[in-house]
Amino acid sequence: MLHLVVTVKQVIDPETPLSAFRVDNGRVASPPNQSSVINGFDEQAIEAALRLKETLNDVHVTVISVGANFALDVIKKPLAMGADALILIQDSAFENNIDPTLTITALVAAIRKLGSVDLVLAGRQASDWDNGQVPLAVAESLGWPSATVAKSVTVEGHTARVQRVLPDGHELVELDLPAVITVSNELGTPRYPNMRGIMGARRVQPVVWSASDIGIDVAAIQPAFDLIGLAKPTKSMETEFIVGDDDADAGRKLALRLRESQIV
Amino acid sequence: MTNGILIIGELTSGTPATGTLEALAAGQQLIASFPDEQVAVLLASESVGEAPLIAIAHGADIVYVIEDKALAGTPPDAVVAVAQAAVEQVKPRFVIGTKTLLSRDTLPRLAARLGTALAQDCTALSVDAQGRLIAVRPTYGGNAEATIACLSEPAVAALRSKIVEPLPSDSARAGKVIRLDVDLTTNVIRTRSIERVEREPEGVRLEDAKVIVSGGRGLGSREAFSHLDDLAKLLGGAVGASRAACDAGWVPSSYQVGLTGKTVTPDLYIAVGISGASQHMAGCSAARTIVGINKDAGANIFKESSFGVVGDWETVLPAFIEQLHELLD
Repeated sequence: MLHLVVTVKQVIDPETPLSAFRVDNGRVASPPNQSSVINGFDEQAIEAALRLKETLNDVHVTVISVGANFALDVIKKPLAMGADALILIQDSAFENNIDPTLTITALVAAIRKLGSVDLVLAGRQASDWDNGQVPLAVAESLGWPSATVAKSVTVEGHTARVQRVLPDGHELVELDLPAVITVSNELGTPRYPNMRGIMGARRVQPVVWSASDIGIDVAAIQPAFDLIGLAKPTKSMETEFIVGDDDADAGRKLALRLRESQIV
Repeated sequence: MTNGILIIGELTSGTPATGTLEALAAGQQLIASFPDEQVAVLLASESVGEAPLIAIAHGADIVYVIEDKALAGTPPDAVVAVAQAAVEQVKPRFVIGTKTLLSRDTLPRLAARLGTALAQDCTALSVDAQGRLIAVRPTYGGNAEATIACLSEPAVAALRSKIVEPLPSDSARAGKVIRLDVDLTTNVIRTRSIERVEREPEGVRLEDAKVIVSGGRGLGSREAFSHLDDLAKLLGGAVGASRAACDAGWVPSSYQVGLTGKTVTPDLYIAVGISGASQHMAGCSAARTIVGINKDAGANIFKESSFGVVGDWETVLPAFIEQLHELLD
C-alpha cells in the first residue's frame, strides 16, 4: 500500500474584503465569526494525492489538519473530494498561531503515530500567515527529503518524480520515499466533490486527536516567537484622488501628476 | 555565547544579490544595539570571485566563504547544509536572510535544523531593550500586520526586498575574509535535479519590472489587455493581472500577481479594473507607488493607492496614455 498524507489548514477566506476582516484584541476573529475555507494550495495537494490514487493501485489518502476551531462542513471537504480518512488534531493552543513550532510538532507526532507513511503532500504556503515553512520543517524533523512547488507528482516504486515550477520554466527532480512535497496552483484546478462523494463524506466522521493523544505536551514546547501585536496596518499615505472635468480629463491629469511627482 | 549577526548571502552573476546588500545594511542598523559585535555574511558558491570585496564595501565586517562544486546551480540540499555548518561555526545571535526563490526553499529548513522557526517576509527589523530581534510582518494578505519577538538563539528572519536601502559602496572599508570548510561529499543531495528547462522570458519579467500595469475583472475582455500592453511598453514595464482575469482566460496564469501568483516589488504599480482583494494585494503591496483606476470609489484598491482615479477605464486609460506619450516623447 502507498500511504499518502495530505496536510491541510482551515483559513479565513482570503477573498474576504478588508472591510469585513476583523482583528479583536490583537487576535484575528475566528470562525464562525469569519467565513473560512480550506487553504487553496492545500486543496491542490489533495488533488495531487487523488490523482495518484487514480493512477496507482492500493493508495490510501489520509488528510490531517491541525487547528482550534474546525468548521466541520469546511474541513470535511477533502473526504467529499475522495480522501479516505480525516484526522483533526484539535487544541486551543493551535489558534491563530504565527509560531509554526506547535503545528510542526503536532504533524510530526501524528505522522509518527500513523507509521508507514510514504509521502506527505502539502500546499506550498497558507494564505493567512504565508510562512511556507511547516511542510519543509516537518520533512527536516522526520529526516525526509523534500521538494517544493510541484505542478505534477508521480510515484514509481520508492521514487517520486516531481515537476517543479520555476519563474520561467520547470525543473524535474527525483527523490526517494518517504518524502515531503509541496504543491503549487499550477497543478490545476482541484476537483469539485460530486454527489456520491458528498453523500459518502456524510457517513465518515473525522478522527479527533488531542495533543496528548499524539504524545505532545503543548506547555513544554519552546516557542520560537512571541506575538507582541497584531493590528490592521495603519495607512501611511492618503490616496490622492485625481479629479477632472470628465474621465478623459482625469486620465490626462493623472499623467501630468505622475510626471510632476517624477514617478514616470 | 552567541555573537554578532550572520547574513545568509546569495550571489547573482558573480556579485552579491541586491537583497544581500540590503540585508547587510539592515545588519549594520541592528548591530548598533550590540557594540563591539560584527556583521558577517556567508557567501557560498561554486566560485565567489570578487563578491567578498563587494560585500565588504557594502557593510560586511566579515565574509565567510565556502567554495564547492556541489554548490553549482545552488541545489537547496547543499545550500541548507553549508548554511547550517556556517551558523554552527559562527554562532551568531541573529541569522538574517532575504526573501528569494532560493531562500523560500532553504531558510525554513535551516531554521528547523537550528531548532527554531523562521520569521518570514519581514518588513521591519529592530532590537528591543532585552536584545531580542523584533520583526514586523504583513499577514492575511496584508490585512493585518504582526509584530513578533524572536525567542530563539539564534533568531532566524527573512527580510523582504526593497525595505532597506543598500549602503553606498565604500572601497576603503575594512573587512576580513574567512574560508570555511564543509564536507558536501556524503549524501547531502537527496532531491536530485534531472532536468531544468528555463525559457528566455519575453520582454521584462514581472519580478524584475520597475513598472507593472495590471488588469482585473473590470477590464471585461482579453482584447482590453492590449491597452495595458501599450502602456507597459511606453513605460518600459510589464503587464500583470489579477486572479479573476487569469481565471477568465484573458491572460495566461503566469501574469498573475497575488497570493496564488507572483509577488512583485515595482516602483510603480498601476491597477486597472482591479478591486484589490487581499488575495491580490498580498502580491503587490510592496510596490513603492500604487495607482488605482476603478469605477467603484469604494474599491479596496484605493485604500492602498497613492493616486486614484474613479472612472471608466475605457475613457481614462486612452487619455492617460496619450498624455504620457506627449510628456515622455
